[in-house]
Amino acid sequence: MKNSFVYKYLSLRNSESLGRFLTTMAALIAIVSTITIVVFISLKGLSTFTTNGVSLKEFLFSTNWLPDRPLAEGGPQVGVLAFIIGSLVVSMLAVLVSAPLSIACAVFIVEIAPYWGQRFLQPAIELLAGIPSVVYGYIGLSVLVPFIRDNIGGLGFSVLAGFLVLSVMILPTIVSMLIDSLKSLPRDYKEASLALGSTRWQAIRLVLIPAARSGLVTGIVLGLARAFGEALAVQMVIGNTRVMPTSILDPVITLTSAITMDMGNTPMGSLWNNALWSMGLLLLIMSFIFILIVRYGVRRGGISR
Amino acid sequence: MNARLADKIATLTFWVGALIVILILGSMIAYLLYHGGKYISWDFLTKPAQAIRAGGGIGPQIFNSFYLLFLSMLITVPIGVLGGIYLAEYAGNNKLTEAIRLCIETLNSLPSIVVGLFGLLVFVNMTGWGYSLISGALALTVINLPLMVRFTEEAIRGVPASLREASLNLGANHWQTILRVVLPSAFPGLVSGAIITSGRVFGEAAALLFTAGMSSPALDFSQWNIFHPASPLNPFRPAETLAVHIWKVNTEGLIPDLRRVADGSAAVLILVVLGFNMAARWLGSKIHRRMTGT
Repeated sequence: MKNSFVYKYLSLRNSESLGRFLTTMAALIAIVSTITIVVFISLKGLSTFTTNGVSLKEFLFSTNWLPDRPLAEGGPQVGVLAFIIGSLVVSMLAVLVSAPLSIACAVFIVEIAPYWGQRFLQPAIELLAGIPSVVYGYIGLSVLVPFIRDNIGGLGFSVLAGFLVLSVMILPTIVSMLIDSLKSLPRDYKEASLALGSTRWQAIRLVLIPAARSGLVTGIVLGLARAFGEALAVQMVIGNTRVMPTSILDPVITLTSAITMDMGNTPMGSLWNNALWSMGLLLLIMSFIFILIVRYGVRRGGISR
Repeated sequence: MNARLADKIATLTFWVGALIVILILGSMIAYLLYHGGKYISWDFLTKPAQAIRAGGGIGPQIFNSFYLLFLSMLITVPIGVLGGIYLAEYAGNNKLTEAIRLCIETLNSLPSIVVGLFGLLVFVNMTGWGYSLISGALALTVINLPLMVRFTEEAIRGVPASLREASLNLGANHWQTILRVVLPSAFPGLVSGAIITSGRVFGEAAALLFTAGMSSPALDFSQWNIFHPASPLNPFRPAETLAVHIWKVNTEGLIPDLRRVADGSAAVLILVVLGFNMAARWLGSKIHRRMTGT
């Protein structure tokens, strides 16, 4: 029986349907796993609101993070505004630092020094994009934090350290995406512009960068998404105090670092633990927003390849 | 301002920008290799870690990283290659294809900590495996699948149409053409894709904290029964990888020679990851040259 089954499916005529079946299944796994992730994280993340009865407004807009306050003193409260602000501030500052640098570096590699730029610098940058994020965190912890503490002030564990580490971490990723989008422009654009008498800077500023705009923005948004979702590198250098920062040298906490630190130490099903799952859900929603921006917001306009 | 002067200033700015980027990244690598390189010794690479005393090594962590890499690639590569074949060869221009692409894009940009949470919920708790290598391997598969699919699709799309047409003309069906003609010529791309993906597995930590766990049992390398709890090959034991070890030593470490272990581990990690990426480039072009005879 078994032999005939194998024979049937591996014979010339049927191997075609077998192949189609196997590959379709593999592709469907992508859909299935995405849906499973969304469903499970949502179910678990919503239990703060359904089981514990925390109101969405309080969760999102309150800065009172007191998940273990006894009932006598007013009961526990889980407001994660400080975490959200922490995440947003750190990742946006990181992008503000690394976007201009990345654009300069990518333009340099593609336009200013194309020979050794593309022969040596681009492979080097791509190689660096593979460096694990814990390594960036570790460098931040062992070099940047003591440097800030000794020379600028504060504890060293700060917003400043956090966004500097992130900005270096996302540099190679953004640069290599920008290089790709600049390289995909037709050669004629630059040549036409130069033939009309513009200088190289005018060609870059008025023709190349506007033409590659959608690619540039995509690269930067993906960099922001990566910075927003990064957990360990940030957690190692920002100090993790659960209050709103008032200066750039204050310690701060992000959604990701709160999950990293407390998920293992809080009992499953407790309010504290459920609030962490809700933060996970928030991260998931944010990454959907980033994807939607890239897919539908950015791809309009610019040139189509 | 005069256009020529503006051009000069802009060129200078681009030089400075590029130099800053290269300086930052270059000095980082140099710092790591210089500080960590001097601690790398045979003892450090093979001895087990110490919890409170000095003199620990990172032997089990290195083993765990490679074993986890192997387990996760065992799942990622077949599914990823098949999925890539589907997208390159079979997918029609329809809603299903668009949904698959959207999902792959989504999976690719999920924060790894979210994948870790999903792994904790499904692979650790629901299956009852607890913190284990297999849970970690499955979580890593979720992270790396999109990358493997994309590399495969790109590699297959790079195969010249004439090869495919010749095979179909000789009477082979579509699947036979894929297996015997398209995949072999896409092989260099597949190999470098798989190696680059491996490099990512090796450095991943956030998704592993709550899936593969942050501790390793005492390993007995003479125990070959893979279901024995002390067997290094048991896929159901918890395992701390090198990347997780760097994080843990720095945040919770109690050992006196913390800097030595952390510096050394970071240098080893970086060497392995850079090694993977360089191997991917080198091997990819070498296989390509051998197979095309150029």
